[in-house]
Amino acid sequence: MDPSAIEPSAAGGRPVEKLRADGLRKSFGAVEVLKGVSLSANSGDVIALIGASGSGKSTVLRCLNLLERPNAGRIFVGGEELRLSPGRKGELEAADPAQLQRIRARLAMVFQQFNLWAHMTAVENVIEAPMRVLGLSRAEAVERAERYLARVGVSHRKDAYPAHMSGGEQQRVAIARALAMEPEVMLFDEPTSALDPELVGEVLRVMRLLAEEGRTMFVVTHEMGFAREVASRVVFLHQGVVEEEGAPAQVLLQPKSERLQRFLTNSLK
Amino acid sequence: MFLHGYFPAILEGLRSTLLVSAVSLAIACVFGLIGAGAKLSASRAANIAADIYTTLIRGLPELVLLLLIFYGGQILINSLADKAGLGYLDINPFIAGTTTLGFIFGAYLTETFRGAILAIPRGQSEAGLAYGLSRGQVLRRIVLPQMVRHAIPGFTNNWLVMIKATALLSIIGLDDMVHRASLASAATREPFTFYAAIGGIYLAVTTVSILLLGWVERRFSLGVRKVEF
Repeated sequence: MDPSAIEPSAAGGRPVEKLRADGLRKSFGAVEVLKGVSLSANSGDVIALIGASGSGKSTVLRCLNLLERPNAGRIFVGGEELRLSPGRKGELEAADPAQLQRIRARLAMVFQQFNLWAHMTAVENVIEAPMRVLGLSRAEAVERAERYLARVGVSHRKDAYPAHMSGGEQQRVAIARALAMEPEVMLFDEPTSALDPELVGEVLRVMRLLAEEGRTMFVVTHEMGFAREVASRVVFLHQGVVEEEGAPAQVLLQPKSERLQRFLTNSLK
Repeated sequence: MFLHGYFPAILEGLRSTLLVSAVSLAIACVFGLIGAGAKLSASRAANIAADIYTTLIRGLPELVLLLLIFYGGQILINSLADKAGLGYLDINPFIAGTTTLGFIFGAYLTETFRGAILAIPRGQSEAGLAYGLSRGQVLRRIVLPQMVRHAIPGFTNNWLVMIKATALLSIIGLDDMVHRASLASAATREPFTFYAAIGGIYLAVTTVSILLLGWVERRFSLGVRKVEF
């Protein structure tokens, strides 16, 4: 277990807030895809974001690290507010690029399309940001990379290039790349949606392991089984608003909203 | 005697051909990167300026452009020199030639570089930003190394065409291989011998270029699967 996974406050009983977003709004042209979404995660929480495609769940996640610029809203990471200022086209942008970089380094993201750097081997992918952003020496970064590649079960592929790996291997390398930042919060953007069905299991197993270690995670997912068994809270988004949220057993098994009932019925088909 | 003793003189001309090519290429790369950056930038004004540049330059014959820029530049510089109270200035054909060729081939490289950058999936830059790399680091560590690989085939073509285009510079008085060959053929009345000789030399230079750039392409294609049909 590495230090980043330990929750200092868990023993004390009082939860520590790791990430909070208040009133996120986002429009693409005339279409408002987020109409005031608020989310938060305490240390060790696994928040599953579910909803139909187009409900805005990926957009919320991408607003958290400003890959998407919201039109309104506030973002707090470990109590520190990400300072935003109005930019072009009514979008908010980082007031201080250095602060944005620092905060992004604390929120590691795993993408649907893996987004490994194609010209680097697995281990080079994992050491890049720890060396350039966290300032680790090559030796330290390689040692760290090997530890996390082993954790996700792809040590044997460490010198392979992304194009020579299966989708499941690529996604596990991408997870190791995220872990190597020893982030406070991990953001997963539909991490299994681009995988062949038989490869989904290996990635979900790794994510379950991370959840059991007590890592704080936001997971946009279509895997209802994962949401039910692993998430501490499930958030259902519908047309840019949080329609329902709560414990998985409550939200997934006794949905109150009619839309959620319909969504769940359809996603079981 | 080989080439009636003109061989060393022609090799001397080759030196100047290669030098002009190399310098023009460097200038073209600068214009190409600026052009590609402008075409991909969010600024509307930069987009329009770059579009005018590539449309104009790619739409005119190199020889015509060369003469326009050379004589136009001469007039411009001398009218400026006149105003500044300086005497008549002669433009150095090396500087005029390399700048003009660099400017012309920069337009072609703009398109080559632009396509090469677009060929890199956007998600890879996003991943870099999401991990806290700066824009400059993303450009240096992720975009440029992969851009090189995508750009090499187009770059090779431009380089070959450009080496050959340096022959045009003999018209504005550059003392290159073509110029030397024309002097020698006039003196010996054996034009075929000399133009065949420099033809052979051009072919040797371009062949070596193709081999070298092929090797570079393989080096930058580590981790890329070959497409097989």
